[in-house]
Amino acid sequence: MLDGPKTETKLVEVSDLKMHFPIHTGLFRRHTGDVKAVDGVSFDIFEGETLGLVGESGCGKSTCGRAVLRLYDITDGSINIDGAEIGDTPQSQLRGKRPTMQMVFQDPQASLNPRMTVQAIIQEPLDEHTNLSKDEKREKVLALMDQVGLNRKFAGRYPHAFSGGQRQRIGIARALALNPKFIVCDEPIAALDVSIQAQVVNLLEDLQQEFGLTYLFISHDLSMVRHIANRVAVMYLGKIVELAPREALYDAPLHPYTKALLSAVPEPDPDLHAAMERTILTGDVPSPANPPKGCNFCTRCPAVMDICKQEDPEYREVLPGQFVACHHYNGITDPADVRAASEAQ
Amino acid sequence: MTDATAPKGDDTRADAPARNQWWDVWDQFKTHKGAMFGAAFFIIVILAVYLGPYFWTIDPTYIDIRARNSGPTLAHPFGTDQLGRDMLARMMAGGQTSISVGLTAMALALILGTLVGVLAGYFKRIDGLLMRTTDLFLALPLLPLLLVMVMLFRQPLSASFGPETGIFILIVVAIGITSWMPTARIVRGDVLALKEREFVLAARSIGTRPGKMILRHILPNVMSPIMVSATLGIATAIITESALSFLGLGFPPDFPTWGRLLFDATDFMQQHPERVMWPGLAISLTVLSVNYMGDGLRDALDPRIRGL
Repeated sequence: MLDGPKTETKLVEVSDLKMHFPIHTGLFRRHTGDVKAVDGVSFDIFEGETLGLVGESGCGKSTCGRAVLRLYDITDGSINIDGAEIGDTPQSQLRGKRPTMQMVFQDPQASLNPRMTVQAIIQEPLDEHTNLSKDEKREKVLALMDQVGLNRKFAGRYPHAFSGGQRQRIGIARALALNPKFIVCDEPIAALDVSIQAQVVNLLEDLQQEFGLTYLFISHDLSMVRHIANRVAVMYLGKIVELAPREALYDAPLHPYTKALLSAVPEPDPDLHAAMERTILTGDVPSPANPPKGCNFCTRCPAVMDICKQEDPEYREVLPGQFVACHHYNGITDPADVRAASEAQ
Repeated sequence: MTDATAPKGDDTRADAPARNQWWDVWDQFKTHKGAMFGAAFFIIVILAVYLGPYFWTIDPTYIDIRARNSGPTLAHPFGTDQLGRDMLARMMAGGQTSISVGLTAMALALILGTLVGVLAGYFKRIDGLLMRTTDLFLALPLLPLLLVMVMLFRQPLSASFGPETGIFILIVVAIGITSWMPTARIVRGDVLALKEREFVLAARSIGTRPGKMILRHILPNVMSPIMVSATLGIATAIITESALSFLGLGFPPDFPTWGRLLFDATDFMQQHPERVMWPGLAISLTVLSVNYMGDGLRDALDPRIRGL
């Protein structure tokens, strides 16, 4: 969406979300450590907006998205969706909340049951949560297929007969069936080729305008996020390092990791491409089972300081609406000083 | 994608009621030649053993000692045994028992195996317990267990259900509860793999309850190994029943089953080889036809092969 957040009502509030997967080793399967896939993530999503969540592979984006929908039993933290706290609700009681929050999955092939027809797949949420008659359900399914641009004629076919883009449309139709307010899009375009990516993203935008949906859009494609998101959160090794409105993040990134990430986006103009100054990061992402002491990014940061290796930086709002977790902005409150600190790196 | 967004003018199926998918399964099944042959042969065998006695009215237990050990004649097309009992009549009576034991024991083993496999694979908490139980059953020596079971339960069951039904129940249960373990293991393995697939996660994000999840998403996708186990299970059940009868633990000696006929005939194999051949052929062909049927059914149940 090209305009700013439509409302100031917070639909989703996540604070200090932690998702640790235990590691069991040895003969007695003792608990010897945790993979800290998501380690203290906080963000809010306003009603009707799209929050982009970007980061490199394995940084915990998808886990974060799934944890927000409570597809996992989270380790710690609170999740408030549409006025209801679901962070510690047992799975059995979550069922009633499911219609407000839905998910579109990354791999459209794997997320559709190969033994079910399109009709049955899109109808499943209706079977679970409504008491509509068979004919009403069928009508609703056909209407949904129209909305996502699938020919009604294909209702009796099985997923393997469709192309990747069509399958993703089936997945979107299924997510829309219960009129949700909040949809987590977990890299919905990563498995599609570029021309189909545009179609699916445009479809998601149209649906957002039509139904006033709120998206958490997870992706590693920075230019696609720039196109669709209102605000963007950048994740690195289980933590959000920077969260800012789209323009601010793309024009004036504050965190060194965001700068490096943005400088890796290919430039279509060959002349500009050659002249670009790139920040090349060296080394690999540390293991989330054994993150470094201090700032998670201190092992690869081009502007690393001594304090970075000692203390975990605080995640705070340094400019209005712009959150960053970096020691370079310690004690700075004046916007001009923030810019200066950013330039100094 | 152009075809996906085609105008709805050429829409032919939209307003027609959804076609029952079992018709699609049947259409695919029909295209599998082996399965059709298998099904036809199996139906013929069933008709022959159940309706045959109405046309071939000789009592399978009637002893005509003067016609003993006769080869195929008009009066006895399959010949007679060492006591002069008609082999054709005995084959038909034996087939009834063998096929019903085979099918029932297979069904029992399958239900038990699938239940244990699905529960163990889906619910992590009871996985250990169920799989150790399975291992325990696998480790039990089969024949001594059967001997003990027959010894303990033959009298009470015969007393309460009559000698024939009693021993039928005993044998079906004995075979069923000693042959479900391979199915359980295969099914558990498949369920463990399926559980991590994204469509199961998608169903969970919808709020599908575990029961529905198993029926709708897990079971249809483990159909293939179950079908294979089922078809092989019939063969094993018929053969185990034969072995039990041979040891004198199954049905009473004068009660014909294909297995007993086969073992009775082994003593006369050199003089009258046809007497081994008939029951042997009946067992093998029945098992083969069931296997082909299972093969066809497995293909027919898979939409990817069905090509829809």
